[in-house]
Amino acid sequence: MSENENTRKNIDFAEKPLCLSGRGVTKVFGLGDKKTVAVDHVDFDFHEGEFVSIVGESGSGKTTLSKMLLGLLNQSEGQILFQGKPRDISSGHKKKEYWKGIQAIFQDPFSSFNTFQKVDAVLLDCINMRGGKGLSKQEKFDMMTEACNFVNLKFAELTNKYPFELSGGQMQRLMIARIFLLKPKILLADEPTSMVDACSRATILDMLLNLRDETGMTVIFITHDIGLAYYISDTIYIMEHGKFVEYGKADEVILEPKAPYTKRLISDVPKIHEEWDLSTVDLLNSN
Amino acid sequence: MLNTIKQVFHSPKFVVGFAIFVAILLTMIIYPLFCPGNPLEQIGVGTFAAPGTYVSLYDATKSPTETLRLPDAADNRIEASLSKEDRVEMVEWFGAMGISVEGLDIEDTDAMVDLWNANYDPSVRPAGMTSAKINYYKRLDNSIKELNASDTVIIADYDEEGNLVTTKTIADTDYVNTKEIANVKTLPLGTDNFGRDVLKELVSATGTSIKIGLIAGIVATVIGLTLGLLAGYLGGITDDIIMFVTNIFTVIPSFVLLILITYSLGQEQRGAAVVAIVIGFTSWTWTARSVRSQVISLRNRDHVNLSKLSGHSLVRIVLLDILPYIASYVVMAFILQVSSGILAEAQLSLLGLGPKTTQVPTLGLMMNWAMLYSAHTNGSWWAYFPVILVITLISFSLNLMNTGLDQVFNPTLRD
Repeated sequence: MSENENTRKNIDFAEKPLCLSGRGVTKVFGLGDKKTVAVDHVDFDFHEGEFVSIVGESGSGKTTLSKMLLGLLNQSEGQILFQGKPRDISSGHKKKEYWKGIQAIFQDPFSSFNTFQKVDAVLLDCINMRGGKGLSKQEKFDMMTEACNFVNLKFAELTNKYPFELSGGQMQRLMIARIFLLKPKILLADEPTSMVDACSRATILDMLLNLRDETGMTVIFITHDIGLAYYISDTIYIMEHGKFVEYGKADEVILEPKAPYTKRLISDVPKIHEEWDLSTVDLLNSN
Repeated sequence: MLNTIKQVFHSPKFVVGFAIFVAILLTMIIYPLFCPGNPLEQIGVGTFAAPGTYVSLYDATKSPTETLRLPDAADNRIEASLSKEDRVEMVEWFGAMGISVEGLDIEDTDAMVDLWNANYDPSVRPAGMTSAKINYYKRLDNSIKELNASDTVIIADYDEEGNLVTTKTIADTDYVNTKEIANVKTLPLGTDNFGRDVLKELVSATGTSIKIGLIAGIVATVIGLTLGLLAGYLGGITDDIIMFVTNIFTVIPSFVLLILITYSLGQEQRGAAVVAIVIGFTSWTWTARSVRSQVISLRNRDHVNLSKLSGHSLVRIVLLDILPYIASYVVMAFILQVSSGILAEAQLSLLGLGPKTTQVPTLGLMMNWAMLYSAHTNGSWWAYFPVILVITLISFSLNLMNTGLDQVFNPTLRD
């Protein structure tokens, strides 16, 4: 892990090309009295290869923002730029193109799979999406095996199985294997570890970091756990009531928090996490 | 999938319902193979012949006879020809003559006849009795005496000169083997008002009614499913428009709508298929509403989002990512639609708004005919009761299957 910490410290992502950015992005639900502003004029810049965390409590607008980033929801106002250009998802075809560049892992692995389709179908879909339709059976099999190896799964054991025959951790790793096959520019991970046990959590985070290092993709990690965010991110955005109240390099945001909300979030971290975090801080200080 | 089917066939309710339904279907298929012919053929001239075996009297008189001396033949004969009304009248005579009838069983033919023979005197005129009644008793006495005397029946024919000549005498000990008689017809359920074989008609009507139910069920399910999927998945203005139409159809009682549509179609336009489609067209709202609500809860599921991100088309997402999740529900709704389609046809036909009467019998039409010709008031139970029983059995079996499926797919309902 310390290797990652070093990577985080040494690279200045502001110099890297922009991958995804937003200007005044807003999402309003409902009308009149029932109007709810879920995301309120947020600006952000995510760079290539950056590991960004968006931290906030439930209802702060994280998931709405992630759906807008994915193009599953349209923003009410503002502009989202993909690789420096305003993104165009006005037609089905353009959306398809956009989704080759951005992919997601969702919170609940149990509901992420269509329980009526076999595991193979999920992975084959990814190969087809990357233009691998014409490949031979053996080539496809090799690709799927490689992807499964990357996430420490054995494809031979998974083939012909239904998703519900796997454990939660296995399912979530399979989701990462899917990303490995798709190799998008941006991966949006919406609390991918909140539904799996602590042991699987460390493995999954490790895999996400490896994936970033190997393919250079931008990872947008959405979480309510500020300790976890600090542990893995280069940059942290703190979200409160649909606004970014503070953002910057992970060290700056966590070690010298300015916004009261950030301070509160940090103080809310349970003891066991505090000890874990402090040890990391000490380790960092000694470096 | 295979496991689900196995599970379904482990549900006792489903199995019982399925067995009844299959038995009805098999009867529908097999019976016409053994008894072919047009179910609407009028074989009888009179109305409502009772169930039983009919022997051709014409053929019977010409068949070779055997002499059998059966000890109870005479008693049976008297018993069969003394109607209940006659017996009651006999008791009335005894009363008028002041004869004690205490301990006399009206069903005991021997005792009745003995008491009658011992006491009846044609010269006695009880006070206050009309002469019509007195004559009736004379006729009754004659017929009782006739039954007691072992007479013969004479068959006569005209000879060349126009005189009646006895050609054959039939003694009361003459018997004919039914196998020797050229024409014997068993009508297990008798005939209806038009003189049609009710059983043959019933089997054919069951088939037609199930077809009507299936067509109505398919039409209702297809319309309801399509609209429900579109409204639920697309949401927004599409949802609003579809739900507006659905709500309009929901608040108008569908049976009234059904009556109005079938009435305005006119008798000539109403084939069985047309009636089925009209029934289906008025009963889809329930399916549409429930499918929509299921789809709304499904459309924001992660696997649907993931399918979108994988670039799948709307049709593919709806068919592969949403439909399988509500398939069990749709199957159950379909079964109920079939059942209610059959009932709706019966209701419509009973009102005289069913399919036109000249082509095919349906269960509803059979009830309609029985009602129009007062089968229920003249005691011809065979014309309507078997029809009611079949409708009940079909409905019962389909609902039982539905409950069984519900318990399999909805574990909280298991007992």
